[in-house]
Amino acid sequence: MKVRVEVMLKDGVLDPQGEAVRHALGTMGFAGVESVRQGKLIEMDVAEGTTDAEVKAMCERLLANTVIESYRIEM
Amino acid sequence: MKAAILVFPGSNCDRDLAVAFRGAGFDVTMVWHKETTLPDGIDVVGVPGGFSYGDYLRCGAIAARSPIAGALADHAVRGGYVFGPCNGFQILCETGMLPGALLRNAGLKYICRTVALRVEETESAFTAAYKQGQVIDIPIAHHDGNYTADPETLRRLEGEGRVAFRYVVTPNGAADGIAGILSENRRVLGMMPHPERACDAMQGGTDGAALFKGLAQALVAA
Repeated sequence: MKVRVEVMLKDGVLDPQGEAVRHALGTMGFAGVESVRQGKLIEMDVAEGTTDAEVKAMCERLLANTVIESYRIEM
Repeated sequence: MKAAILVFPGSNCDRDLAVAFRGAGFDVTMVWHKETTLPDGIDVVGVPGGFSYGDYLRCGAIAARSPIAGALADHAVRGGYVFGPCNGFQILCETGMLPGALLRNAGLKYICRTVALRVEETESAFTAAYKQGQVIDIPIAHHDGNYTADPETLRRLEGEGRVAFRYVVTPNGAADGIAGILSENRRVLGMMPHPERACDAMQGGTDGAALFKGLAQALVAA
């Protein structure tokens, strides 16, 4: 069973990498890019029957640092 | 006086830390990350700098969940001393033993140079051998040292006198110029700079030695 977890810096946490990407796009002539946020996409192949709660625990305990990051699960 | 230094795949300041502890009179044992217990009678655990697990996922994230991490947490809960410079600080934040997190440096660059730190707090074994407000020169070498925490946590750290060291000029964007913080019981110290790299004149400075000396004096007095 495929599971995708998207991890992003929380709103309000400065993302200097996203900002550098935004700046580069502007330099390349792509006008109007107002903000860029960069995150991670984690794809997992898990055993059939793995529950939402188990994937949530994986996110809380390892995949995301909830001090600075939020996550979204797609199963 | 006994110190244990944890060694992860990718640690690269573990031996520097061992030399610094030995210089202050500690017996040092290196402990591989796959161990699940610390040797008996350990007074202080050093969590070294480096790039544990190649900084995969997040700096310190995987080390914080490695087999030895349970013994590290138990040692801290028992009131044992823990010192984590650089990647050690990142690991201690990832375990939750210290609040907050270390983000990518605001300027996105890896910074490797000696910086001036102000000793903000002498009420801890780690900082007791310094003078309040003393400015010391200590090397930094990191890409992810931009300390952040929510406003309430920052207020609490300041209010409880748990900001041990502050940059005189913040090089990495760290909130309130925070370079190092103490746990609530003041026995866990995490900091981005490397005092273990400033313990011998051959290293270009000796301002870090007092940290290890202070810790040794506190243990002798106890």
